[in-house]
Amino acid sequence: MASSFTRILSSKRNVGILSLVGGSVAAGFLLHREHVTAGEPLRRRYPASAEYPDLRKHNNCMASNLTPAIYAKLCDKATPNGYTLDQAIQTGVDNPGHPFIKTVGLVAGDEESYEVFADLLDPVIKERHNGYDPQVMKHPTDLNATKIQSGVFDERYVLSSRVRTGRSIRGLSLPPACTRAERREVERVVVDALSGLKGDLTGKYYSLTLMTEQEQQQLIDDHFLFDKPVSPLLTCAGMARDWPDARGIWHNNEKTFLIWINEEDHTRVISMEKGGNMKRVFERFCRGLKEVERLIQERGWEFMWNERLGYILTCPSNLGTGLRAGVHVKLPRLSKDPRFSKILDSLRLQKRGTGGVDTAAVGGVFDISNLDRLGQSEVQLVQTVIDGVNYLIECEKRLEKGQDIKMCSSGSNVPNTHLAGSGSVL
Amino acid sequence: MPFGNTHNKFKMSYAAEQEFPDLSQHNNHMAKILTPDMYAQLRDKETPSGFTLDDAIQTGVDNPGHPFIMTVGCVAGDEETYDVFKDLMDPVIEDRHGGYKPSDKHKTDLNAENLQGGDDLDPNYVLSSRVRTGRSIRGFCLPPHCSRGERRAIEQLSIEALDSLEGDLKGKYYALKNMTEEEQQQLIDDHFLFDKPVSPLLLASGMARDWPDARGIWHNDNKTFLVWVNEEDHLRVISMQKGGNMREVFTRFCTGLTKIEDLFKNRGHEFMWNEHLGYVLTCPSNLGTGLRAGVHVKLPNVSKHEKFGEILKRLRLQKRGTGGVDTAAVGGVFDISNADRLGFSEVELVQMVVDGVSLLVNMEKRLEAGEAIGDLMPEQK
Repeated sequence: MASSFTRILSSKRNVGILSLVGGSVAAGFLLHREHVTAGEPLRRRYPASAEYPDLRKHNNCMASNLTPAIYAKLCDKATPNGYTLDQAIQTGVDNPGHPFIKTVGLVAGDEESYEVFADLLDPVIKERHNGYDPQVMKHPTDLNATKIQSGVFDERYVLSSRVRTGRSIRGLSLPPACTRAERREVERVVVDALSGLKGDLTGKYYSLTLMTEQEQQQLIDDHFLFDKPVSPLLTCAGMARDWPDARGIWHNNEKTFLIWINEEDHTRVISMEKGGNMKRVFERFCRGLKEVERLIQERGWEFMWNERLGYILTCPSNLGTGLRAGVHVKLPRLSKDPRFSKILDSLRLQKRGTGGVDTAAVGGVFDISNLDRLGQSEVQLVQTVIDGVNYLIECEKRLEKGQDIKMCSSGSNVPNTHLAGSGSVL
Repeated sequence: MPFGNTHNKFKMSYAAEQEFPDLSQHNNHMAKILTPDMYAQLRDKETPSGFTLDDAIQTGVDNPGHPFIMTVGCVAGDEETYDVFKDLMDPVIEDRHGGYKPSDKHKTDLNAENLQGGDDLDPNYVLSSRVRTGRSIRGFCLPPHCSRGERRAIEQLSIEALDSLEGDLKGKYYALKNMTEEEQQQLIDDHFLFDKPVSPLLLASGMARDWPDARGIWHNDNKTFLVWVNEEDHLRVISMQKGGNMREVFTRFCTGLTKIEDLFKNRGHEFMWNEHLGYVLTCPSNLGTGLRAGVHVKLPNVSKHEKFGEILKRLRLQKRGTGGVDTAAVGGVFDISNADRLGFSEVELVQMVVDGVSLLVNMEKRLEAGEAIGDLMPEQK
């Protein structure tokens, strides 16, 4: 049955009254910008100019795009659930950012945030996602794993393969804004659906509040357990409230398909295995995702998705596919080559240490994954990673033999990824 | 407005039981008092500025507490919080402040003349003396809830008032975001500078939002009178100096506070105060006087005595390390201060510290000389 509550949106002068039930048909209609109405306007004692944040020391996408004029226009608005601009930008105000790494600096509290605050979110999305314009472009979704070509890597180099994404349950607020009841509802809906998975996807849920010491240790040893967020980027956005209430981890018995519940997003879905069979990892990823979607739809729920922004997640950086496909790969020689960064850039790949984001590489082993999230489909992004990593391995092999890297002209080893950066090395 | 709490009315679509926090692992005053029924009764209420029950208790939900130290677990977002949510606040206050009842009246006494003695604590033992309190400006939201505009208005009002101080109270304001490196280092060396809060107790309540916007430190040229602006409260007022002349410290404290209060009144603002709760501050633990009068005192022998804890308890004193709350004592030097805040006047509390520390120093001297202290044991105050 559809979700158990009705939200009535109050009317403002020139916007009609809308009622939203459970989040199916009406939601799609609602998301056309002129029909999304704000919730109750905020009580303000001070004019917008007195409230405008001091962003002079800031280096994040929000700070680059939030002009006083946009702030003044949006600061009185709220989404139907009552989420406000100040709440959305709080994390970016509190975390001025890094001189080298530009963070996003704002989050969505619900699906409607992307509409009600579009005057800020659209330019942020454009900046973060290489000029993707949500007002005119459409995002392609493609979870057909059969289209993948040559996705099995040389296991002398690739130690493990992994694909992750996130999914949000339509009709429930996102982690920065959700109430305890909503968060528990997300947990209930997802865990209920996951219990319907069969075959190699059969698995079990471990709630953070109820897990035993042994279960906890096992999950740590498997590298599955997630901790209460400590990054101020996340805590300032309010995502860690009420921890560990309604948080948990589900994984299949084979430990190759894993879902995090109520961490930074409603769900994070991960397919992984040791070795280089990225094709199989992605195939299981697609199959698992589709099966979970089917199971929640049976129960009257659906994922947040629209054709402009693809899958809707908490952080604007994860819109579109929300997909990061990566490998742990040994590149001890190539990584010391001064051309390494440029090569990665032109392949539309990024490197991280083997502890994940913000960690260092150990023993020449790097986490290599796709840079992009929005504007290309899942299949395209995974193919990009496959082709790119194959090329990197070729480079490493050549360096091993004392040969120089073969810089390919466009069209040879590495296919055109359509937004190929500066196209310089290749 | 605090992050994360969507408009209160939206939550009403869920039943109270669905929203009630899981407090099964918790050990703080709020968790001991908040029942599902109380939650159901209070959850649809808001103060005029929109502060809700969930806003007030978030810090207590996020921080289950310590097995030994009972934290409060809730904060106020404005003056009206203590009224709108009295069903929760009154029992929390009663628990925290030694049985203080909703009908009790709190006495304010900032006349330093009423203090007896206090000017002769032995400086061989008492290394420094300090009195602090907080003040909130009526009509503005408190740090967990205030908007940037409000916080800046509080800063502006405070700067104007403090700039008018004269004589030995004349001083200067250092805004956290404009401070130079040299100024910052000097303030650190003087032990004046406060940092962005790192304690999850404070962070979870939303007090650190927009740091360091509108935060700053004012101090007089003599470096004996200091005001923190927009840290955990609107204002924290501190009088301090080396040595054992608590009387002088307290006199300056009272004079300075009274002058500041007058300066605010001249500008049409008063401090939050009422005859039941005294001075109203963010944390219920600081109601009443909000006063902590303390010394750094060398008690290497007394502190090892088996009855040390009992002595402090009877004297209504508490010990901390020399880094402040949550730190360890170094070299036998302890921070000794009053344990109470509400239900006693400022003079009464400072008197307890003066008399109590005097006694502790006598005990220390006796133990140094190898003598017993049994005859010095105090009665329960």
